[in-house]
Amino acid sequence: MKLLDKIFKFNGGIQAETKKDISTKKTIKSLPIPSEIRLPLRQHIGKMAKLRVKVGDQVLKGELIAEADGNISAAIHAPTSGKIKSIEKLLIPHPSGLPDFCVTLIPDNNDKWVKKFPIDWKNISLKETNKLLLNSGIVGLGGAAFPSHLKLGTNRNSPIKTLIINAAECEPYITCDDMLMRERGKDLIEGIELVQSLLGAEETIIGIEDNKLEAFKIISSLIEKKPNIYIKVVPTIYPSGDAKRLIFLINGIKIPKEKRSSEYGIQMFNVATIVAIFRFIQYGEPSLSRIVTITGNIKEPRNYEVLFGTPLRSLVKDAGGQKIKNNTFLMGGPMMGFTLPSIDVSVTKTMNCVISAEPEMIQVTEEPLPCIRCSKCAEACPVSLQPQELFWFSKSDQFEKAQNYNLFDCIECGCCSYVCPSNIPLVQFYRYAKSEIISQSIAAEEADIARERNDFRILRLDREKKERAERNAQRKAENTNTDKLKLIEEKRAEIAAAMDRIKNEKNI
Amino acid sequence: MLTSILIILFLAVIIGLVLGFSSVQFKVEGDPIIEKIDSILPQTQCGQCSYPGCKPYATAIAKGDADINQCPPGGEKGVRALAELMGVEYKPLNESHGISKPKAIAFIDEDTCIGCTLCIQACPVDAILGAAKQMHTIIEKECTGCELCLPPCPVDCITMEPIEENAENWKWKYPVYSIAVSEKKVNN
Repeated sequence: MKLLDKIFKFNGGIQAETKKDISTKKTIKSLPIPSEIRLPLRQHIGKMAKLRVKVGDQVLKGELIAEADGNISAAIHAPTSGKIKSIEKLLIPHPSGLPDFCVTLIPDNNDKWVKKFPIDWKNISLKETNKLLLNSGIVGLGGAAFPSHLKLGTNRNSPIKTLIINAAECEPYITCDDMLMRERGKDLIEGIELVQSLLGAEETIIGIEDNKLEAFKIISSLIEKKPNIYIKVVPTIYPSGDAKRLIFLINGIKIPKEKRSSEYGIQMFNVATIVAIFRFIQYGEPSLSRIVTITGNIKEPRNYEVLFGTPLRSLVKDAGGQKIKNNTFLMGGPMMGFTLPSIDVSVTKTMNCVISAEPEMIQVTEEPLPCIRCSKCAEACPVSLQPQELFWFSKSDQFEKAQNYNLFDCIECGCCSYVCPSNIPLVQFYRYAKSEIISQSIAAEEADIARERNDFRILRLDREKKERAERNAQRKAENTNTDKLKLIEEKRAEIAAAMDRIKNEKNI
Repeated sequence: MLTSILIILFLAVIIGLVLGFSSVQFKVEGDPIIEKIDSILPQTQCGQCSYPGCKPYATAIAKGDADINQCPPGGEKGVRALAELMGVEYKPLNESHGISKPKAIAFIDEDTCIGCTLCIQACPVDAILGAAKQMHTIIEKECTGCELCLPPCPVDCITMEPIEENAENWKWKYPVYSIAVSEKKVNN
């Protein structure tokens, strides 16, 4: 083991109260199988999974419910055995609060597994392993939900030199990765070795914040004899867990805008994702559950191992319910998370933490005041942007200017809003501007298609008109030449015959 | 005297050659201003502007025959963009050309459709699929929501369905500050 000494400090960031000890006092508990499971078909980045079951079907634990639709998508499996009750639009844990397609499963409580297929990855090609991973349902469990098979894919130009394990867990309150390292360190290390050889990386560096002493001790002792796995302690400064920030902290490499870390020979995975990949390859178990922190205004805060699709209500109930009843829950951390539309949503792959809202989290104590141009936000911005300029441009719908000030580099970490003395909800303005710009560019694409189709239609109509005119002209020409003359002669002959008849009749 | 005349003549010949060459070599096909205007227009091809499509309207604006506020699907944002491009004052949408409304997509009630092909002939972007005495249907992705298929339908089986907000096309809203807090202050 080697402890790498040098830490490259990024600009800005904040040091907030971590509040992590609330939920680390108890061990991870497995939540019992709930009476109903509601699985949203969209739990990942990319296309919605393609349904593979119908109402009334009996499914086993680990059976495919929906498969990945294309490459940028992820599969969804039955978290336990049971019967499909319905497929309908239900509330999902999404900031929009809008319903989306969900599969409802009634568990039979037998928890009977489908036949598992561990992957003999050492004896098959990387491509085949990757193909199998496509339907593992594993996505980035740190919260981004990016399909993991894409990160493990062979489709890249530069070889991966360094595998970085994101164990920073920088947001306050969240402790699911911390507890995972404490209790499942062995699985994690085996998973790291597996992913390292899958990627062909030379070394692995685990990046961990200095507030997770216990997890650090456990992981350090586990990697003592591993020559290529190192652990690097980074200071507790939010947002050190952001991918590009952590890479800089560890390696001092700044990944430029619109570039991926893999182009610099670095690939990063969250600790929970590594364990999920390990369980899939070693035991053939697809992604069925995750560790969720439930904390804040709750009677028994702790970490739970929860099956995907479990109603949040059962989780809250098992944790003793809210201390002060307000029925408000936040998903994710207090910095980047959002208020859940209702308690009637289910646990998904992105749900790393549920914070039962403290009364002061909902009550707005001070209303926002005008910007006083103090530039505190610029000092706090970990991406070195000019948040105050971005705020002015977003507020006045000057999207082009906002883009020129690199709006899309913003990671929405919320440091600017946190330090703002005027309490301006800065990040909300950036999110608004970003989604406006995205929808405008989609509209522009659609307009281009419409223009092309209209141009083609005009061209087609012109061509048809011309062809018709040509055909008519041709027919006309043919008629005058032969048929018409013949017709005229026939008619003349008939007339002459008639005249003759009349003459003959007169003569008689 | 003679040298100066010769120099001027020489220069005139050289510049003439350069200008002549570049006018052939760098000739601009089409009118760039029309293209620019056309790229702002929403390409609904609805004809509400009283021109047969977006391109003819763009041509008319460029010529100065049409005003910039005749495009209801483009809405206020479209008029503002056109005003900026043309260097003229913004003016509100001319309501005699229709009002701006959220985008909708045509939907054919397949039980009522008699397969007359009249809507197919009316569609400016060929977004309707069907044949004589066969049921017709809208290609949802291609429909611009121009409503030109509605009047020709003899059995009124086409309706406009507004695009619903769902988890995929949902947008973050413009932040609105809490009003409750302000009210409290007033009461105090």
